[in-house]
Amino acid sequence: MHDDHTDGAHDHAHDHGARDFQPDLEDTHPFTEAQFLETALRELLIEKGVLTADELRGAIEFMDGRGAHLGAGVVARAWTDPGFKARLLADGTEAVELYGIPIRPTHLVVVENTPAVHNMIVCTLCSCYPRNLLGRPPLWYKSREYRSRAVREPRAVLEEFGTKIPADVEIRVHDSTADMRYLVLPMRPAGSERLSEAELAELVTRDAMVGVTVPRGPARATAE
Amino acid sequence: MSRFAPGDKVRVLADFTRPGHVRTPWYCRDKAGVVERVCGAFRNPEALAYAKDGLPELPLYRVRFAQRELWPDYRGGADDVVEIEIYEPWLLPAEA
Repeated sequence: MHDDHTDGAHDHAHDHGARDFQPDLEDTHPFTEAQFLETALRELLIEKGVLTADELRGAIEFMDGRGAHLGAGVVARAWTDPGFKARLLADGTEAVELYGIPIRPTHLVVVENTPAVHNMIVCTLCSCYPRNLLGRPPLWYKSREYRSRAVREPRAVLEEFGTKIPADVEIRVHDSTADMRYLVLPMRPAGSERLSEAELAELVTRDAMVGVTVPRGPARATAE
Repeated sequence: MSRFAPGDKVRVLADFTRPGHVRTPWYCRDKAGVVERVCGAFRNPEALAYAKDGLPELPLYRVRFAQRELWPDYRGGADDVVEIEIYEPWLLPAEA
Protein backbone atom coordinates (compact mmCIF):
# COMPACT_ATOMS: atom_id res chain seq x y z
CA MET A 1 0.00 0.00 0.00
CA HIS A 2 1.25 3.46 -0.87
CA ASP A 3 1.99 5.72 2.02
CA ASP A 4 0.52 8.63 0.16
CA HIS A 5 -1.92 9.24 -2.66
CA THR A 6 0.09 11.03 -5.29
CA ASP A 7 0.25 8.65 -8.22
CA GLY A 8 -0.85 9.97 -11.61
CA ALA A 9 -4.56 10.47 -11.90
CA HIS A 10 -5.04 10.78 -8.18
CA ASP A 11 -2.69 13.68 -7.65
CA HIS A 12 -5.26 15.74 -5.83
CA ALA A 13 -6.62 16.03 -2.34
CA HIS A 14 -10.25 15.30 -1.70
CA ASP A 15 -12.40 12.58 -0.24
CA HIS A 16 -13.71 9.87 -2.48
CA GLY A 17 -17.20 9.48 -1.13
CA ALA A 18 -19.81 6.96 -2.17
CA ARG A 19 -21.45 9.52 -4.49
CA ASP A 20 -18.28 10.86 -6.05
CA PHE A 21 -19.23 10.42 -9.69
CA GLN A 22 -20.82 12.42 -12.43
CA PRO A 23 -24.57 12.41 -11.76
CA ASP A 24 -26.68 10.64 -14.34
CA LEU A 25 -28.89 12.82 -16.52
CA GLU A 26 -31.96 11.11 -15.11
CA ASP A 27 -30.93 12.16 -11.60
CA THR A 28 -30.40 15.84 -12.35
CA HIS A 29 -33.37 16.13 -14.72
CA PRO A 30 -36.13 13.81 -13.49
CA PHE A 31 -38.72 12.90 -16.09
CA THR A 32 -41.60 15.32 -16.35
CA GLU A 33 -45.21 14.41 -17.10
CA ALA A 34 -44.71 15.68 -20.65
CA GLN A 35 -41.72 13.38 -21.16
CA PHE A 36 -43.67 10.34 -20.00
CA LEU A 37 -46.42 11.36 -22.42
CA GLU A 38 -43.88 11.74 -25.24
CA THR A 39 -42.35 8.35 -24.53
CA ALA A 40 -45.73 6.64 -24.46
CA LEU A 41 -46.89 8.34 -27.67
CA ARG A 42 -43.61 7.61 -29.47
CA GLU A 43 -43.69 3.93 -28.52
CA LEU A 44 -47.30 3.64 -29.64
CA LEU A 45 -46.64 5.33 -32.99
CA ILE A 46 -43.78 2.92 -33.66
CA GLU A 47 -45.71 -0.10 -32.40
CA LYS A 48 -48.69 0.74 -34.63
CA GLY A 49 -46.43 1.25 -37.63
CA VAL A 50 -47.26 4.94 -38.08
CA LEU A 51 -43.58 5.88 -37.84
CA THR A 52 -40.40 3.88 -37.75
CA ALA A 53 -37.69 4.44 -35.17
CA ASP A 54 -35.31 5.24 -38.01
CA GLU A 55 -37.62 7.94 -39.38
CA LEU A 56 -37.70 9.58 -35.96
CA ARG A 57 -33.94 9.31 -35.60
CA GLY A 58 -33.55 10.78 -39.09
CA ALA A 59 -35.80 13.72 -38.24
CA ILE A 60 -33.70 14.49 -35.17
CA GLU A 61 -30.53 14.15 -37.20
CA PHE A 62 -31.94 16.63 -39.73
CA MET A 63 -32.84 19.11 -36.98
CA ASP A 64 -29.43 18.79 -35.35
CA GLY A 65 -27.72 19.23 -38.73
CA ARG A 66 -29.14 22.71 -39.15
CA GLY A 67 -26.98 25.41 -37.65
CA ALA A 68 -25.56 28.90 -37.83
CA HIS A 69 -23.44 27.97 -40.87
CA LEU A 70 -26.65 28.21 -42.93
CA GLY A 71 -27.45 31.74 -41.79
CA ALA A 72 -23.80 32.72 -42.14
CA GLY A 73 -23.89 31.66 -45.80
CA VAL A 74 -26.94 33.84 -46.41
CA VAL A 75 -25.28 36.84 -44.74
CA ALA A 76 -22.04 36.40 -46.69
CA ARG A 77 -24.01 36.18 -49.94
CA ALA A 78 -25.84 39.41 -49.03
CA TRP A 79 -22.51 41.13 -48.29
CA THR A 80 -21.12 40.18 -51.70
CA ASP A 81 -24.21 40.31 -53.95
CA PRO A 82 -26.20 43.59 -53.81
CA GLY A 83 -29.05 42.09 -55.86
CA PHE A 84 -29.43 39.20 -53.41
CA LYS A 85 -29.30 41.60 -50.48
CA ALA A 86 -32.08 43.72 -51.98
CA ARG A 87 -34.26 40.64 -52.51
CA LEU A 88 -33.44 39.38 -49.01
CA LEU A 89 -34.58 42.60 -47.36
CA ALA A 90 -37.67 42.89 -49.57
CA ASP A 91 -38.84 39.28 -49.07
CA GLY A 92 -36.64 37.13 -46.85
CA THR A 93 -38.71 33.97 -47.33
CA GLU A 94 -38.52 34.09 -51.12
CA ALA A 95 -34.83 35.06 -51.28
CA VAL A 96 -33.65 32.36 -48.87
CA GLU A 97 -35.78 29.65 -50.48
CA LEU A 98 -34.31 30.55 -53.89
CA TYR A 99 -30.88 30.37 -52.24
CA GLY A 100 -31.82 26.80 -51.26
CA ILE A 101 -32.99 26.82 -47.63
CA PRO A 102 -36.68 26.03 -46.97
CA ILE A 103 -38.39 28.52 -44.63
CA ARG A 104 -42.14 27.91 -44.89
CA PRO A 105 -44.62 27.56 -43.22
CA THR A 106 -43.11 30.40 -41.19
CA HIS A 107 -41.89 33.52 -43.00
CA LEU A 108 -38.54 35.22 -42.77
CA VAL A 109 -37.97 38.90 -42.10
CA VAL A 110 -34.36 40.00 -42.50
CA VAL A 111 -33.50 43.18 -40.62
CA GLU A 112 -30.40 45.14 -41.56
CA ASN A 113 -27.97 46.74 -39.14
CA THR A 114 -26.73 50.13 -40.26
CA PRO A 115 -24.61 52.86 -38.63
CA ALA A 116 -27.94 54.28 -37.36
CA VAL A 117 -29.86 51.13 -36.34
CA HIS A 118 -28.96 48.00 -34.37
CA ASN A 119 -31.45 45.12 -34.49
CA MET A 120 -31.94 42.41 -31.89
CA ILE A 121 -34.26 39.39 -31.84
CA VAL A 122 -36.28 37.90 -28.99
CA CYS A 123 -39.43 35.86 -28.52
CA THR A 124 -40.97 37.07 -25.29
CA LEU A 125 -43.74 34.46 -25.41
CA CYS A 126 -41.73 31.28 -25.93
CA SER A 127 -38.67 30.53 -28.05
CA CYS A 128 -39.53 31.32 -31.69
CA TYR A 129 -36.22 31.32 -33.52
CA PRO A 130 -35.09 30.98 -37.16
CA ARG A 131 -34.21 27.30 -36.73
CA ASN A 132 -34.02 26.70 -40.47
CA LEU A 133 -31.12 29.15 -40.60
CA LEU A 134 -29.54 28.92 -37.15
CA GLY A 135 -30.47 25.50 -35.78
CA ARG A 136 -31.77 25.10 -32.29
CA PRO A 137 -31.78 28.18 -30.07
CA PRO A 138 -29.21 28.53 -27.27
CA LEU A 139 -30.50 28.03 -23.74
CA TRP A 140 -30.15 31.70 -22.86
CA TYR A 141 -32.48 32.63 -25.73
CA LYS A 142 -35.22 30.60 -24.03
CA SER A 143 -34.49 31.89 -20.53
CA ARG A 144 -37.06 34.06 -18.79
CA GLU A 145 -34.32 36.56 -18.07
CA TYR A 146 -33.39 37.15 -21.72
CA ARG A 147 -37.02 37.07 -22.87
CA SER A 148 -38.18 39.63 -20.35
CA ARG A 149 -35.18 41.96 -20.31
CA ALA A 150 -34.52 42.11 -24.07
CA VAL A 151 -37.62 44.26 -24.55
CA ARG A 152 -37.31 46.14 -21.25
CA GLU A 153 -33.63 47.09 -21.10
CA PRO A 154 -32.00 45.91 -24.33
CA ARG A 155 -28.92 48.09 -23.90
CA ALA A 156 -28.12 46.52 -20.53
CA VAL A 157 -28.59 43.04 -22.01
CA LEU A 158 -26.32 43.90 -24.94
CA GLU A 159 -23.62 45.14 -22.58
CA GLU A 160 -23.75 41.84 -20.72
CA PHE A 161 -22.99 40.18 -24.06
CA GLY A 162 -20.03 42.57 -24.39
CA THR A 163 -21.80 44.67 -26.99
CA LYS A 164 -21.76 48.42 -26.54
CA ILE A 165 -24.04 50.27 -28.93
CA PRO A 166 -23.53 54.07 -29.02
CA ALA A 167 -26.35 56.09 -27.45
CA ASP A 168 -27.20 57.77 -30.76
CA VAL A 169 -27.79 54.44 -32.52
CA GLU A 170 -31.41 53.28 -32.43
CA ILE A 171 -31.95 49.88 -30.83
CA ARG A 172 -34.74 48.04 -32.64
CA VAL A 173 -35.92 44.93 -30.80
CA HIS A 174 -38.03 42.46 -32.75
CA ASP A 175 -40.44 40.40 -30.67
CA SER A 176 -41.03 37.21 -32.65
CA THR A 177 -44.58 36.64 -31.46
CA ALA A 178 -46.36 35.01 -34.40
CA ASP A 179 -45.65 33.68 -37.91
CA MET A 180 -42.50 35.66 -38.77
CA ARG A 181 -38.98 34.58 -37.98
CA TYR A 182 -36.11 37.08 -37.91
CA LEU A 183 -32.52 37.18 -38.99
CA VAL A 184 -30.23 40.13 -38.35
CA LEU A 185 -28.07 41.12 -41.32
CA PRO A 186 -25.02 42.53 -39.54
CA MET A 187 -22.79 45.23 -41.01
CA ARG A 188 -19.84 43.84 -42.92
CA PRO A 189 -16.83 44.33 -40.66
CA ALA A 190 -14.04 46.73 -41.54
CA GLY A 191 -10.97 45.01 -42.92
CA SER A 192 -12.98 42.33 -44.73
CA GLU A 193 -12.87 43.99 -48.16
CA ARG A 194 -10.64 41.38 -49.80
CA LEU A 195 -12.26 38.29 -48.31
CA SER A 196 -14.12 35.76 -50.43
CA GLU A 197 -17.75 34.87 -49.77
CA ALA A 198 -16.65 31.67 -47.98
CA GLU A 199 -14.14 33.56 -45.84
CA LEU A 200 -16.75 36.17 -44.97
CA ALA A 201 -19.16 33.45 -43.83
CA GLU A 202 -16.60 32.40 -41.22
CA LEU A 203 -16.84 35.85 -39.60
CA VAL A 204 -20.61 35.58 -39.12
CA THR A 205 -21.61 34.09 -35.78
CA ARG A 206 -24.93 32.87 -34.46
CA ASP A 207 -25.04 35.62 -31.84
CA ALA A 208 -24.42 38.30 -34.47
CA MET A 209 -27.43 37.02 -36.43
CA VAL A 210 -29.59 37.19 -33.28
CA GLY A 211 -28.23 40.69 -32.78
CA VAL A 212 -26.68 40.34 -29.33
CA THR A 213 -23.25 41.02 -30.77
CA VAL A 214 -21.59 42.24 -33.96
CA PRO A 215 -19.14 40.32 -36.16
CA ARG A 216 -15.47 41.02 -35.68
CA GLY A 217 -13.19 41.80 -38.58
CA PRO A 218 -10.68 39.22 -39.82
CA ALA A 219 -7.85 38.55 -37.32
CA ARG A 220 -5.20 39.18 -40.00
CA ALA A 221 -6.46 42.69 -40.64
CA THR A 222 -6.46 43.65 -36.97
CA ALA A 223 -2.93 42.27 -36.45
CA GLU A 224 -1.45 44.43 -39.20
CA MET B 1 -58.23 42.54 -47.07
CA SER B 2 -56.31 44.27 -44.35
CA ARG B 3 -57.81 47.13 -42.43
CA PHE B 4 -54.55 48.97 -41.74
CA ALA B 5 -51.65 50.07 -43.93
CA PRO B 6 -48.02 50.85 -43.11
CA GLY B 7 -47.79 54.16 -41.27
CA ASP B 8 -51.24 53.87 -39.72
CA LYS B 9 -51.46 54.67 -36.02
CA VAL B 10 -53.01 51.85 -34.02
CA ARG B 11 -53.70 50.94 -30.42
CA VAL B 12 -53.68 47.42 -29.00
CA LEU B 13 -56.86 46.30 -27.24
CA ALA B 14 -56.93 46.86 -23.49
CA ASP B 15 -57.96 43.24 -23.00
CA PHE B 16 -55.99 41.87 -20.07
CA THR B 17 -58.16 38.87 -19.32
CA ARG B 18 -58.55 36.88 -22.53
CA PRO B 19 -57.62 33.29 -21.79
CA GLY B 20 -55.94 30.77 -24.04
CA HIS B 21 -53.14 30.78 -26.58
CA VAL B 22 -52.94 34.55 -27.03
CA ARG B 23 -49.94 35.76 -29.06
CA THR B 24 -50.30 39.44 -28.14
CA PRO B 25 -47.75 40.13 -25.41
CA TRP B 26 -49.14 41.61 -22.22
CA TYR B 27 -46.67 44.51 -22.22
CA CYS B 28 -48.06 46.05 -25.44
CA ARG B 29 -51.75 45.86 -24.58
CA ASP B 30 -53.45 49.27 -24.52
CA LYS B 31 -50.27 50.77 -26.05
CA ALA B 32 -50.16 52.90 -29.20
CA GLY B 33 -47.87 52.22 -32.13
CA VAL B 34 -47.47 52.52 -35.88
CA VAL B 35 -47.96 49.77 -38.47
CA GLU B 36 -44.51 48.90 -39.87
CA ARG B 37 -45.70 46.36 -42.44
CA VAL B 38 -48.52 44.01 -43.33
CA CYS B 39 -47.15 40.47 -43.06
CA GLY B 40 -49.98 38.71 -44.88
CA ALA B 41 -52.87 36.59 -43.64
CA PHE B 42 -52.43 33.68 -41.25
CA ARG B 43 -54.64 31.26 -39.38
CA ASN B 44 -55.73 32.42 -35.97
CA PRO B 45 -53.43 30.83 -33.36
CA GLU B 46 -56.02 31.37 -30.63
CA ALA B 47 -58.19 28.80 -32.46
CA LEU B 48 -55.41 26.59 -33.87
CA ALA B 49 -54.21 25.88 -30.34
CA TYR B 50 -57.53 24.15 -29.68
CA ALA B 51 -57.37 21.99 -32.82
CA LYS B 52 -59.80 24.22 -34.73
CA ASP B 53 -59.00 25.24 -38.30
CA GLY B 54 -58.16 28.86 -37.41
CA LEU B 55 -60.13 30.15 -40.40
CA PRO B 56 -60.77 32.73 -41.68
CA GLU B 57 -57.16 33.80 -41.86
CA LEU B 58 -56.37 37.04 -40.07
CA PRO B 59 -54.22 39.88 -41.35
CA LEU B 60 -51.00 40.02 -39.35
CA TYR B 61 -49.08 43.26 -38.82
CA ARG B 62 -45.73 44.28 -37.49
CA VAL B 63 -46.37 47.22 -35.20
CA ARG B 64 -43.61 49.55 -34.06
CA PHE B 65 -43.80 50.90 -30.49
CA ALA B 66 -41.56 53.55 -28.96
CA GLN B 67 -39.83 52.09 -25.90
CA ARG B 68 -41.04 55.11 -23.92
CA GLU B 69 -44.62 54.26 -24.85
CA LEU B 70 -44.16 50.71 -23.56
CA TRP B 71 -42.12 51.65 -20.50
CA PRO B 72 -42.49 55.29 -19.42
CA ASP B 73 -39.33 55.01 -17.31
CA TYR B 74 -37.23 53.57 -20.17
CA ARG B 75 -33.71 54.89 -19.87
CA GLY B 76 -32.17 53.95 -23.25
CA GLY B 77 -32.21 56.12 -26.35
CA ALA B 78 -35.31 58.18 -27.18
CA ASP B 79 -35.45 56.54 -30.62
CA ASP B 80 -35.33 52.94 -29.33
CA VAL B 81 -38.28 50.82 -30.43
CA VAL B 82 -39.80 47.35 -30.20
CA GLU B 83 -41.56 45.79 -33.17
CA ILE B 84 -44.22 43.18 -32.43
CA GLU B 85 -46.38 40.94 -34.63
CA ILE B 86 -50.06 41.49 -33.85
CA TYR B 87 -53.18 40.01 -35.47
CA GLU B 88 -55.78 42.44 -36.73
CA PRO B 89 -58.59 41.78 -34.18
CA TRP B 90 -56.24 43.04 -31.46
CA LEU B 91 -55.83 46.45 -33.10
CA LEU B 92 -57.96 49.60 -33.10
CA PRO B 93 -57.35 52.73 -35.12
CA ALA B 94 -55.65 55.38 -32.97
CA GLU B 95 -55.97 59.09 -33.38
CA ALA B 96 -52.90 60.93 -34.66
